[in-house]
Formats: sequence, structure tokens, C-alpha cells
Amino acid sequence: MFDRIWCMIVKEFLQLRRDKYARFRLLVPPIIQMLVYGYAATFDVNRVPIAVMDFDHSQESRDLLSHFTFTGRFEVAKVLSNEQQLKSLIGRSDIPMALKIEPGFAELLRKGQTAHLQVIVDGTNSNTALIAVGYVNQIADQFSQDYATYRLEQMTPALAAVVPQISLEQRPWYNPDLNSQWFFVPGVIGSITLMMVVTLTAFAIVREREIGTLEQVMVTPIRPFEFILGKTIPFFVVGLADVILVAVVGTLWFQVPFRGNVLVLLLGVVLFLLSTLNVGLLISTLSSTQQQAFVLGFFFLNPAFTLSGFAFPITSMPKAMRMITYVDPLRYFLLILRGTFLKGVGLDILWPQMVALALLTSVLMLISVARFHKSID
Amino acid sequence: MSRKEFTQVRRDPYSLVVVLFLPLVQILLLGYGARLDANHIPVYVLDQEGSQDSQALLKAFQASPYFDVIKAVDNYHALVRAIDADQCKLGIVIPWNFSERLDDAGRTSVQAIVDGTDDNSAQLAEGYAQAVVATYANNVQLDWFARHGLSQQATIPLSVDYRTWFNEDLESKNFIIPGTVALVMALMGALLSSLTIAREWERGTMEQLIATPVTALEIMVGKLVPYLGIGLADAILCAVFAVGWFGVPFRGGLGAFFLATTLFLIVILGIGYMISVATKSQLGASQYALLVTLLPTSMLSGFAFPIDQMPAPIRAITYLVYSRYYVSALKRIFLSSAGISDLVPEVVAMIIYALVIGFFATRAFHKSLQ
Repeated sequence: MFDRIWCMIVKEFLQLRRDKYARFRLLVPPIIQMLVYGYAATFDVNRVPIAVMDFDHSQESRDLLSHFTFTGRFEVAKVLSNEQQLKSLIGRSDIPMALKIEPGFAELLRKGQTAHLQVIVDGTNSNTALIAVGYVNQIADQFSQDYATYRLEQMTPALAAVVPQISLEQRPWYNPDLNSQWFFVPGVIGSITLMMVVTLTAFAIVREREIGTLEQVMVTPIRPFEFILGKTIPFFVVGLADVILVAVVGTLWFQVPFRGNVLVLLLGVVLFLLSTLNVGLLISTLSSTQQQAFVLGFFFLNPAFTLSGFAFPITSMPKAMRMITYVDPLRYFLLILRGTFLKGVGLDILWPQMVALALLTSVLMLISVARFHKSID
Repeated sequence: MSRKEFTQVRRDPYSLVVVLFLPLVQILLLGYGARLDANHIPVYVLDQEGSQDSQALLKAFQASPYFDVIKAVDNYHALVRAIDADQCKLGIVIPWNFSERLDDAGRTSVQAIVDGTDDNSAQLAEGYAQAVVATYANNVQLDWFARHGLSQQATIPLSVDYRTWFNEDLESKNFIIPGTVALVMALMGALLSSLTIAREWERGTMEQLIATPVTALEIMVGKLVPYLGIGLADAILCAVFAVGWFGVPFRGGLGAFFLATTLFLIVILGIGYMISVATKSQLGASQYALLVTLLPTSMLSGFAFPIDQMPAPIRAITYLVYSRYYVSALKRIFLSSAGISDLVPEVVAMIIYALVIGFFATRAFHKSLQ
């Protein structure tokens, strides 16, 4: 039995070695994807170019504007003299935000009344706009505080020192600089592996069927499950190699920390690879041509990717979508990846993910092996 | 030639699935699944003081629509564990001397422990938490001023009035969904042309075609025109869904929408065609097609990730990414009332692209004949 499986494995690897394009496909796309995600996938909001309309030209209005540039979040890109210019600037998406200070701003402040800052926001990119609005609020609060203290010091310096102040100390854990790369790089390991292993497995078996070599293999004394093992073990090895490749490139190139236990990650990788192999196997039993396999693969891969929490938080999805995420192997693997890379947690925290992956794998295996028997009979 | 292609698509059930289902699945998936808004952020609280003040602050968090206070824990360890296990994104810790310090020194603080793993959600959560605490602090101050007879101080010096243009409620669906039209087009165009043309190569029917008196240019045009029609139909389908189902506004011109979509499809189909001529296998063609169309369209077009935040070399590359112009056009056509005259730079860039791709696509085929 082991001889036969071993022969299959050797045959698969020989096939892979002779196929120049296959080797290229195994190496280059993962690295390209890693680099693209590492560099381009960012939700940061820094150096936001803003347009400024200061119609008050006072000490106070300049002080407010310097509060904005001081943080490094905003850069004054344009100083405008009328609002007409603004329409075309924001319309062309050149500038996402503008500040407008009406005449009389300083006077209101000095009289102890509320002065107004108008902020015009291009809401097209809602995410950037929301984060930027958060910064504006913080800056405005700071300005208010500073001015109130200053006003009080002028009148009753004794009381100024004891005005109650409550501040929020923010402690972002695991990713103190809130660096997007730390979020995306571990995720890419999961998404690339998913894509590679599912398509490779599905296509390899369907191609044998399409070319007619599957029948040839079936008339040899090899048994179906030996065939399955012989077919899938090479892809398991290839998948493992890809995970290691991407993980090494990711941590060395992008300097993403690895804080957890390698063995815990390895267990997660093995379980995840098994589940993706079975998905590929299942797809291959459901399709008779490569084109069908491609379409089916796409219908699986696309939701699996979008709903995994790779980029879009699962908590923000509607309930029905959240339910679907529970059968998505990538969802669990991403938690394992980010847990081991960034949080440095171990099995005591990650066991539910491991159990879920193991369950998914066994269910998939039962279905795909049953289907496979049927599809060759 | 074109009629043959249409018939072939109609008779092949899998192609029909691709043509009709894929765009629908894609737009539903991204419409519902691709949300960046952080509402109902799960929060754990640890109130070490348990005073009236601390409870009032926690009430403010409960009242915020952005936070779901799901649990109050009584020790720090439980909070750490909850964040480790992804049960909450934010932990609010009120120290045991919170109101004591407020009364004595006038200064006190609360801690917000944010799970920074997902940096975007973390930033949004920090912004909202800051706003809740600032409002609370303001009320405390106003009270204090009133008690000390400083009523002239009882005004906030600065208030911010926001005017939001184009996506007034800052909903991420209005930001993401117009761009998904580009994703669907990229996917469809590349897959259709690469899979069907590569299939003709694999089965050897392409040689038969070449043997007929049809010229290379005619083959290309004849092959691609039906897919252009299908692509446009899919674009309409997507737009109707975006507006009718997801309630995304459509404020721009229909003419601009069709012009931009047609140009984009020409580019995409041309690329798919070239890939299939070059690889001549379905598997290879589809993999390269996805790498060349879908990856840049989802990553480098500004579809979800803002281009101006990318490092300079990547920003330079995005000018070469044809989808950048289409995504930008789509967003402005849907959200701001952009017509063709407002989109001149985008349209010109896509015309240049279409011409270049068209030129190379015809040449690629010539070479492979010999």
C-alpha cells in the first residue's frame, strides 16, 4: 500500500518538476501578492491634504490652524480666498477636507461665546473621512481646553489649576503604532495558501479526468483512497513550503513580529492545509472540466476570502453574513495567524479555532471521499 | 463570428452561470460583507472604583451607538483574556482612584485598551472612545463652573460644524459598492475572454478558425464584441442592484457611466485576449488573468485602500493601473454628479490605454500564427 502511495507521490513531483510554468506559478504569484498587500493595503490616515479658508486672519484663527498642522495628521495643501474654488477642488477629489473660519471668530472667543469652525468633508471614502473626523474632534477638544484654561487664568488664576479634567489614555496593544502591515502580512499567508492549495488540488484531479488519464490510473491496482493520498500529499508539501516561504518573506521583509509558539502555528497550518485540500478534492469531484472547476473554485474562494475578516471586520457584517463566516476555514486560520504572530497567545486561547478547523476538515473529508468514490464508479 | 460566439455562450450552461450569477454573487457579497464601518464595537469594562462618577461614564459608553458594552469584568486578567481571545476590541478600565483624583487634583484619567491587531478598527474605536470621554468631561466641567459661579465660563469655546459632501452619512457601502462594479467587470472580462479563447486553443478549434479566410483582426473583434455586450449588460445589472437593493445614490450622467465602462471593458478584454493567446491553456490563462486584472483592481485602484496613503513608488505604479481611472470615475459618477466633462482626465487615460492594448493585442495574435 505504502509503495503504491509512494509511487504516486514520486510521479506527482516529477510532473511538477518538469512543468516549468507550474514551478513559476508556485513561487512568483505568492511573492507578488505578499509585496502588493504589504505595501498597498493600508487604511492609514496621515498627512491628509487640507484646504484652508481663514476669513478672520486673527491670532486665534492662526493658533487653531497650527493645532491642525502640529499633529502631522494634516497638511495645508491649499490656502483659498473664496468658497467657489473649493467646489472644484473637492469635486475633482484633489482634497478630501477643508477648514473654514468665518470673520468674527476671534471676537466670539474673546466675548466668551462659542466660535465655530466649519469643516467640509468629501465623504466618498467614508473610512478615511471617519478617521479624519475623529482627529478633527480631538484637535478641536484640545483647542477648547487650551482656550478655556487660558481664559480662566486671565480671570481667576487660582481656580484655573483645579478645573476638572478627564483624559483618555489610549493603549493600543499588540500593534502599538497601528501599522497596517502588521495586520495584513499574517493575513496574506492565509489567503495565499487558501487560493493556491484549493486551485492546485481541484485542477490537478480534474485535468487527469479531462485528459482521460484518470481511467488509466484507476485500472492499476491502486485503491481510491491511496490515489487520494498520493494526489494530496504532494500538494500538502507544496502548501507547507508556500506557507513557510510567505511567512519568512513577510517577517523578514516587513518586520512583522512573531511572538507566539511556532508549534502552535504549525498545528494550525496543518489543520488549515487539510481543510483546503479537502475543499479542492470536493470541487474536483463536482466538476468534469477545468472550466467548471474554475467556476466552482471561484464561488468558494471569493466568499471564503471576503468573509474571513481578512480586511473587513466580521463584527461589522450583517447577522446572516456573520453566520456564514463560521463555516469559513480561513476565518479560523486568520485568528490563529494573528494570534500567534501579534498576540503571542497559545493553545489555551486558540483551542476553539483548532477544534473548529478539525471539525470542518473531518466533515469535508467525509463528503469529498464519498463523492470521490461515486464519481469514479 | 460574433453570432457564433453568442450562441456558444448561450449553449454552455457554465458560461451562463458565470455571466449572470457571478456578478450578482459578487455584488451581494461585497455589498454586505465589505463593510468598514465600526458600529457595535464589542467592549468590556472594568470598573475598579464603582462610584457614581465611574458608573456615569460607563453609561455614556453604553449610550453610544458605536459601542456594545457586552460585559463588566471584575479583574484585569479577565479583560486581558477577553482581548486575547477576540471577544472584545476595546477594554475600558476605570482606575480605583478615578473620582478621588478628580476631586483632589482636578485631573484624572481612564484607560482604553484597544486591540491594535486590526489597525483600522482600532483607529475608529479610539476616535469614538475619545469623543465619548470628551463629552463626559465637558459636562463635568460645565457643572463645576456652575458650582463655582463662573457662568461666563459655561460655554464651549469652539464647536465644529461638519458639512459632508457626496456620501453624507459616511457609510462605507456607498464608498465600496461603486468600486465593486469595476471588480466585477475586471473579473468577468478577464475570465470570459481568457477561458473561452484559451479553450479554443486547447481543443484545437482555433487552428480551424485560422484556416478560414477570416483575418486576425476580424477574429479578435468577432471574439470580443459579444463579451463587450455581456460586460455592459453585467455593468447595468450591478448598477441596478447597487441603487435598487443597497440604496447607493446614482447622481452622475448615464452617458459617462457607459462611456467609462465601455472603455474599461475594451482594456480588460484586450488583456484577457492577449493572455489567452500567450498561454494557450485554460488554467494558465485564468491564473494570469486574475493576477493581472483582479489583483491590481482590488488593491491598487483606490477601490478600498486610499492611494494617497501608499508609499511613493507604489503611488507611481498606480498611475499605470488602468482600473484606477475607472474606479475614480465610478465613484464620482455614483456619488457626486459627475458627467463626461468632469471626467476628462480619466476618460483620456482610458482611451490611451485602450488604444495601446488594442494595438498589442492584434500584434500578439499575428505572431502566434507563424
